[in-house]
Amino acid sequence: MSDALVQARDLRKRFGAFEAVRGIDVDVARGEVFGFLGPNGAGKSSTMRMIACVSPRSGGSLQVLGMDPGSDGPRIRARIGVVPQLDNLDTELSVRENLEIYGRYFGLSRRRVRAKAAELLEFAQLTERAEDPVEPLSGGMKRRLTIARSLVNDPELLLLDEPTTGLDPQARHLLWDRLYRLKREGVTQIVTTHYMDEAEQLCDRLVVMDDGLIVAEGSPVELIERYSTREVLELRFLPEHRPAAGELAGLVERVEELPDRFLLYTADGERAQAEVARSGLRPLSALVRRSSLEDVFLRLTGRSLVD
Amino acid sequence: MAEVTAAVVPAPSASGRVPGRAGGIGIVVEHHWRWYRRNWRATVVSSVLQPLLFLLAFGVGFGALVSGSGRVEVATGGVGYLVWLAPALLAMSAVQSAAFESTYPVLSGFKWQRVYHAMAAGPLSAAQIGLGHLTWIALKMFASGAVYVIVIAVFGGVTGPGVAVSLVAATFTGTAVAALVMAFAATVENEGSAFTGLFRFVVIPMTLFSGTFFPVDRLPAVVRPLAWVSPLWHGTELARSAALGRWQPLAAAGHVAFLLVLLVIGAVLVARQFRRRLTP
Amino acid sequence: MSAPSAVPDVPLAPRLLPAGSYAGRARMLLLRSATASRRTWLAFVSGFFEPIFYLLAMGQGLGSLVGELPGPGGASLSYAAFIAPGLLAASAMNGAVFDSTYNVFFKLRYARLYDAMLATPLGPIDIALGEIGWALLRGGLYATGFLSVMAAFGLIASPWALLALPAALVVAFAFGAIGMAATSFMRSWQDFDLVTLAVLPMFLFATTFYPLSVYPRWLQLVVECLPLYHAVELMRALTTGAVHLGLLSHLGYFAVMIAVGVVLASRRLDALLLK
Ligand SMILES: Nc1ncnc2c1ncn2[C@@H]1O[C@H](COP(=O)(O)OP(=O)(O)O)[C@@H](O)[C@H]1O
Ligand SMILES: [Mg+2]
Repeated sequence: MSDALVQARDLRKRFGAFEAVRGIDVDVARGEVFGFLGPNGAGKSSTMRMIACVSPRSGGSLQVLGMDPGSDGPRIRARIGVVPQLDNLDTELSVRENLEIYGRYFGLSRRRVRAKAAELLEFAQLTERAEDPVEPLSGGMKRRLTIARSLVNDPELLLLDEPTTGLDPQARHLLWDRLYRLKREGVTQIVTTHYMDEAEQLCDRLVVMDDGLIVAEGSPVELIERYSTREVLELRFLPEHRPAAGELAGLVERVEELPDRFLLYTADGERAQAEVARSGLRPLSALVRRSSLEDVFLRLTGRSLVD
Repeated sequence: MAEVTAAVVPAPSASGRVPGRAGGIGIVVEHHWRWYRRNWRATVVSSVLQPLLFLLAFGVGFGALVSGSGRVEVATGGVGYLVWLAPALLAMSAVQSAAFESTYPVLSGFKWQRVYHAMAAGPLSAAQIGLGHLTWIALKMFASGAVYVIVIAVFGGVTGPGVAVSLVAATFTGTAVAALVMAFAATVENEGSAFTGLFRFVVIPMTLFSGTFFPVDRLPAVVRPLAWVSPLWHGTELARSAALGRWQPLAAAGHVAFLLVLLVIGAVLVARQFRRRLTP
Repeated sequence: MSAPSAVPDVPLAPRLLPAGSYAGRARMLLLRSATASRRTWLAFVSGFFEPIFYLLAMGQGLGSLVGELPGPGGASLSYAAFIAPGLLAASAMNGAVFDSTYNVFFKLRYARLYDAMLATPLGPIDIALGEIGWALLRGGLYATGFLSVMAAFGLIASPWALLALPAALVVAFAFGAIGMAATSFMRSWQDFDLVTLAVLPMFLFATTFYPLSVYPRWLQLVVECLPLYHAVELMRALTTGAVHLGLLSHLGYFAVMIAVGVVLASRRLDALLLK
């Protein structure tokens, strides 16, 4: 048995004739936070559901906690925690009951779930809402409750499918803080996201997924170094002043043309900006920023991540 | 920068207009009609088939059991059970579909599909949205009642043109019930047990104890006053006396007045509850 | 593989079904339903009253039009005593069908409740058994209540009526299993008209309100095929004391329904939930 908590080789998922996951290799080591970054439809959720043992694989091999999801599903599920893409809290139960009853599904004793629920309510900052129904909670609160619920069995591996999609910035930062605490406690996490800032914040290592395939793998810093330049100059033009991409190409290492702007990849954004001005172009706005995973994605797929 | 864009794009002029009071209701009715045209099949079972099954089970089946005993004629005042039952079933099915149409669809309008919110984002007022939906329910009730009258006629339950008045009376009763139920449904946040309780403790007893299947004087004296407050009893009396040509003007006026009061109260409450919920 | 785990080893029966679909914890769903119903107690309690309203109204009101009827043993019966066992059977059917269709569909498609459960060691069989079990528990409580009311009104003629309670559970199980299997095929709420279309005619025509003799022979044969007819016959025989060995054939009918329903429901749930 290898040290990997999750090990996939040529893992595939088909829905009828359509192949959503087209043969991926993944190794997740104990204690790390591992990310799947990719646009909607890349196959992230399909992969997560196979790892969570609720979706049989269509091909390849998969080991989770050293076991085969095909035959050991319940044993694996007893030791992992799952935060699905869409909250599926039990709306007929109160906040506290959601935690307690869910714990009972894992075979925990009544006493144990009671203590655990109190602890998790505290962790999710929901103690004041403990006896309330679930429905009126805000999106961020529901998400925190779902995460708290996934921890009820003290999982060794936590699967989080787009944990912060749809949340406001404040709620996202609160959630990131909770996930960071879990990481320090040694909980291995697998996170999917289509936000590069989230991937950069959370992940030790990640794979970029597109169209059912893994197109790159590494730590956020490695990926940026490998596939992008240090800085990016973003230029916007009025339609009548917009130059052809060729006019900009000579100024920097690489130019990407998007519908609303140009991205100029260069080690020194300030200097590129000065050169643009010197060449007589009249951008509506110019912005120098550091490269991000968004740029990595654009480079790898030729498409913008958030469309 | 703002000046630059202003020069390029002319300021748009909005094409929306505020509809008049009735015009707004008309727009809401049209909305429901458009939806219905695509989904009408779903309501055929509840609005036409269901009363037909009751007619067959009780008018025909049960009627066969009791015919010839002489007991029925005493209860119905001399007419056959089917003829006596049919106009009452018209009223009962109007009330049943009124109750159904103004519970889950209303909650859905506020909560699941949120069509009310979509409408309220335009120039329609909350009252127009609520009353428009009520008008739509009334129109639909009338239409399925008309189909049902044809069905009754096929089974020999129609004895004269008075049944047209029965249809109006049934629709009127159903609308009064729909208005009250809708006002209640607009206060419900969560399906929980509110509607189940309404159906089991109000609607079902109402259909059983309002003189549909047997005259209310067959009930114990203590239960009878329940019928007097039941809108369905008043509607049944109206529908039945119209169909059988047994008019008693004073009684009829009383029934109409009672139902009218309920309808007005209901409509006022609908307007108020919709306003509260849509423009808090 | 001997990884530490909280999952008990599962005995043989569920081996017929896909691996990992049963964790032996269906009772946790009962716990969940009981907890949830504390908040919707009104709906819970109201289920008890519905057949009683029917019994009061129809027994008294329609009864005044009917007089006495010949019962299954030949002795004559009051109309209330005639319809009461029919209503008992019908309410067992209605409750079980409602629980296993509307409620299950809602949890399956909208609340995604079963998805949440499947992320735990629970499997589809735990879910199917747990949900059917809850419907039975509830049906059993209602049937007990209704039988007590019958006894209070003097509508029970024989101690055999005690067996009407387990019989009601068998009936509810059969309808619940078939209902759940049917639900797994439903695509949208519109399909639920078909449920009404199946249940309402049975309620009205399967001898709940009048004897089979009302129908022409060919229609009698049709009615005799309906499951509710068998339930009504069984109940009426038990509450009037006209018990004979032939009643076992009704039980056979329900045994087949249960077997077909459970197997179909588990298979379909497996396919639906574990995509
Ligand atoms: N149950 C399903 N049946 C058919 N197609 C599906 C199903 N689930 C997902 N897909 C398809 O598989 C592809 C990948 O989906 P998903 O894994 O959800 O992507 P992501 O989570 O990266 O957005 C999408 O094209 C989606 O439409
Ligand atoms: Mg996804």
